[in-house]
Amino acid sequence: MTEILLRTGQLGFSYPQRSSSVFRKPALREVIRGVDLAVARGAVLGLVGESGSGKTTLGRLLVRLLEPTSGGIQFDGREISHLSDAELRPLRARIQMIFQDPQSSLNPRLPLSVTLTRQLQVYGRLKGRKDRRDRAADLLHLVGLPTAFVDRYPHELSGGQRQRAGIARALALQPDFIVADEIVSGLDVSTQAHILLLLKELRARLGLTLVFISHDLSVIRVLCDDVAILQAGQVVEHGPVARIFAHPQAAYTRQLLSAIPLPDVEPGWLDDTTPTARPQQQGSAA
Amino acid sequence: MSAVLTIDNLHVAIGTTNVLRGVSLTVEAGEVRGLVGESGAGKSMLGRTLFGLLPANATVRAGRITFEGRDLLRLPDQERLSLLGRRIALIPQDPMTSLNPVRRVGAQLTAVLRRHLGLSKRAALNRAAELLADVAIREPARVLDLYPHEMSGGMRQRVLIAIAFACDPALVIADEPTTALDVTVQRQVLQLVERLRLRHAAAILFVTHDLGVVAKICRSMSVLHAGRVLEEGLTADVLTKPHHAYTRALLAATPRADRPAEALKPVPTVLIEGLWAEAHRLDRLPSMRPA
Repeated sequence: MTEILLRTGQLGFSYPQRSSSVFRKPALREVIRGVDLAVARGAVLGLVGESGSGKTTLGRLLVRLLEPTSGGIQFDGREISHLSDAELRPLRARIQMIFQDPQSSLNPRLPLSVTLTRQLQVYGRLKGRKDRRDRAADLLHLVGLPTAFVDRYPHELSGGQRQRAGIARALALQPDFIVADEIVSGLDVSTQAHILLLLKELRARLGLTLVFISHDLSVIRVLCDDVAILQAGQVVEHGPVARIFAHPQAAYTRQLLSAIPLPDVEPGWLDDTTPTARPQQQGSAA
Repeated sequence: MSAVLTIDNLHVAIGTTNVLRGVSLTVEAGEVRGLVGESGAGKSMLGRTLFGLLPANATVRAGRITFEGRDLLRLPDQERLSLLGRRIALIPQDPMTSLNPVRRVGAQLTAVLRRHLGLSKRAALNRAAELLADVAIREPARVLDLYPHEMSGGMRQRVLIAIAFACDPALVIADEPTTALDVTVQRQVLQLVERLRLRHAAAILFVTHDLGVVAKICRSMSVLHAGRVLEEGLTADVLTKPHHAYTRALLAATPRADRPAEALKPVPTVLIEGLWAEAHRLDRLPSMRPA
């Protein structure tokens, strides 16, 4: 039996919308609705959706940066949906997040030696100044960066190198579970492939469990075992990558797959007048 | 076929750093040519040179840009400015920042029409509504009164496309126009660009990093790296029988939804380093030094 590391049951999240009057109770806007997911230990789950589908919100719920408004999240058999900050603290070391834009998620004023080991310091796992540099160097080595980068600042790195540093930061506390939110979408093709293969290798080597959020189904196929397709806050299809790519069941999945431009010349791709994916959102904010 | 745009041996430097190292390419009348490259390849710089929007410390060191028989680089400012937006139009990359946030869409569209076509205010408004209808915006009259923040990203990109085609341009520079969009919206926008291009008989220089997009919309393509064109030809040929190792490597490094994970091969670092070394070797040739 595979052991389930993370499970959600009818997970929901909504927030009050701006009210038309201060005297009226604001309407609730549901961003995530009734999401049931299970991630086996050591598996990689892809979360796919277009902008506004709620994939980032769902990711933030899973790492408990947000508190669900309905349903539950079990991590390693324990209900974590409504734990307080103090109760979450020991868990935070086991649950990490890698962010989309390493440019803004690495502190520009600190060298990598400090950024990469800050969490070790917070959790009291550092033994002095020498240890900080050694641990940072180990982390850099783990993600394929030169250990001499300990003294570098984020602006001295290329986009791909920065994303490697972002991954190293998330690995510092040796977490079991990582949510990676669109971490290759800003990268060039040549860099992107390196980062994807690095994650594959780290996952195998460290036994990581990953939730990989992306708008790009092609990228999901490279890295993930399972995929969940999100539309308007609901999971419309969920299953093994191989099956869903070969035999998509939901109409929305088929539409997403057919909209991907593959690098093959295909006359007629532009004449296709399939009905639009979603009603044009006229007059509404993006 | 006759060429709308011919770029011949273009060398551009920013300060002392070369960014374009002898780029030559031709856009034939009515065709879509893809300009493919990764960040740092110089593709945006090429677009900015065409528009005369280079940074202050940039210099065009050599080369010629011929548009409809005229040398763009040596044209008096006034003549050049009268071409831009009218005969040569731009679809910018970022629909979020390319429209003026404090002016209504209608005002921004009519400004172009009044300036370049000399339309009256009323005529310009009517034409603007038609243009919005052309880019598949429903209720164009209502949308003319909207501010950019009241529209989705896909809709803003449609407005920018309407502005680009407003004056019947001969050439449109499309600078990664769908990079910020979702795939389903991207497809609609590409279909729209193709339809308008045919209707206006315009040629397009389509700048992108996405080989998938090139495959779908471009007849021919040029692969740019470190300010050099490494390979060019008909899209169908380049994608199926790439000559240059870099093109082959890019294709192998592009994740494909229709292929299993094992098919992905990252671009070898030595290949990229070799190409940059070659570019820097070129920089040391006497012909590349500043005059």
